[in-house]
Amino acid sequence: MMYEEILKNKNKIIQKAVGIDYSKFEIEGVAFDYDRMMREASYTIDEMKQIQFETQIGNTPLVELKNLTKLVRKHSKKGKGARIFLKDEAANSSGSFKDRRASISVYHAKKNGYKGVIAATSGNYGAAVASQAAKRGMRSIIVQEAFDSHHVGQPEILEKGRACEAYGAEVVQLTVGPELFYYTLKLLDETGYFNASLYTPFGIAGIETLGYEIAEQTKNRFGKFPDTVLVTHAGGGNVTGTARGLRLAGATSTKIVGVSVDLRGLHMASDHDFNRKSFTTGHTGFGIPFAAYPDRVDVPRNAARSLRYLDRYVLVSQGEVFFTTEALAQVEGMMRGPAGNTSLTAAFVIAAEMDEDQILVVQETEYTGAGKLPSAQLTFAKQMGVIVKNGDPVKEDVPGKVIVIPESIDQIDIIEYPLENMKKSYVKEVIKAYNRKVFSDTEIKFMADDTRSQVKEIESKLEEVLTDGKA
Amino acid sequence: MINMIKKRENWVKIHITILESSQRASNLPEDTKKVPLEAWINGFMEKEGKIGEIVEIRTLSGRTVKGTLVEINPRYTHDFGNPVPELLRIGPELKKELEEGDDL
Repeated sequence: MMYEEILKNKNKIIQKAVGIDYSKFEIEGVAFDYDRMMREASYTIDEMKQIQFETQIGNTPLVELKNLTKLVRKHSKKGKGARIFLKDEAANSSGSFKDRRASISVYHAKKNGYKGVIAATSGNYGAAVASQAAKRGMRSIIVQEAFDSHHVGQPEILEKGRACEAYGAEVVQLTVGPELFYYTLKLLDETGYFNASLYTPFGIAGIETLGYEIAEQTKNRFGKFPDTVLVTHAGGGNVTGTARGLRLAGATSTKIVGVSVDLRGLHMASDHDFNRKSFTTGHTGFGIPFAAYPDRVDVPRNAARSLRYLDRYVLVSQGEVFFTTEALAQVEGMMRGPAGNTSLTAAFVIAAEMDEDQILVVQETEYTGAGKLPSAQLTFAKQMGVIVKNGDPVKEDVPGKVIVIPESIDQIDIIEYPLENMKKSYVKEVIKAYNRKVFSDTEIKFMADDTRSQVKEIESKLEEVLTDGKA
Repeated sequence: MINMIKKRENWVKIHITILESSQRASNLPEDTKKVPLEAWINGFMEKEGKIGEIVEIRTLSGRTVKGTLVEINPRYTHDFGNPVPELLRIGPELKKELEEGDDL
């Protein structure tokens, strides 16, 4: 089948490859029954704990970062500087929290008689799917966006490709472009394998155990739930799953802060820009568009809906994350990341806003090594003509052009990205996707739930956007 | 040359053009639109072949794929990089700061 034909058959191929009839959750237009989808199309927390226990996932240590906390307190007002804890997700089988997502998908695929699984990902998720497939005796294919048109590969992605192959997956490495989706559909059609999409209810529910464990660990050790949890935010799955797990465990007043690396200004489908970023995930190129329009993904309805759960969204720069990665290795003895340290970077600032007796949890780490380490990424950045220098990242950082490594903790800051802006973008995207100006009460109620807003707020945003459009 | 002819069962990399630039999606930035969508896949040779020839491989998932043979025993090219001067002082500075705290 060729391009047009494959895309024409998209829905049929996807439905067969994920085994979910999404139409039964549809209500009307933009509205669908999200809670019912998460309930009926996935597994309970106890089932998931069992599935993950079988394949060496979860129960990762919650490590207190005493030295980093001490450093933050030295730079905070008296009485400020929350205790910082890090959930060491690198301890999962393939070295990241993505194992939690892969485990449920692969289990489900096996149970339903699929012979193999396919995932389109340039991230740790590929290794997670490949590893889980190996454990469950299944075949796997990982499709990566890996090279620019000069066949120059992003070192972090090349490392992930190596890891996938080491776990026995076939790895298809493509040049830049969203047609990766077309090739993935073609493979699904050819093989009849399960689509281990990051955005099915399985892919999201698998992370609920992470939030659940954090709540249990802090409750058992300190008699209370964490005050704030920082989550690296990309496609929305990490925020959604972690927040749902925390709530499920009873931690309903824990604040959820999403953190992304600021790569605004770089085009995610640009052949030129592709190799001028040192972070391949956890950045604004995913964080902003996926929050504003979750259903842009490879399944009809995205189970990752971060605006339902975010209390706050902040950005950090690449240079600041490299500083943090270095600090974590040098004063805490943990070599992890760097991409997984995105939210840890914001902890320097957010812990300083909080009281000393409060608990701040950074909810992930990832394995590191060749291709991934700051030394590998920054050597590559320099080769690609990106300037790497010491200085003040807040003033000097230019994504794709200048990476500024702070010289002290004082130079680490965060950029507040107002949730209001994302909610307005959400409304804009709905108007664009449905090509309508009028929405029913049911649809407006859904949009309110989907963005944690009041119905009135959505109504006024609709009016605002439609008026802007006319101007 | 002995390296040029590879027998069945050798581990190789093939190259495929998935879409010519004229076939690419319409909503792409100009720089991406003007180049083809290409792919590289590793696998075991099904029959003999030379670099630059169209060959058939069996991949790790068991698929059979045809493409141009580009590399034999394809190497992982990524590494740990060079020491980065901009990072090297972070550790010592932070350690100094932590030690100063102990004196207070």
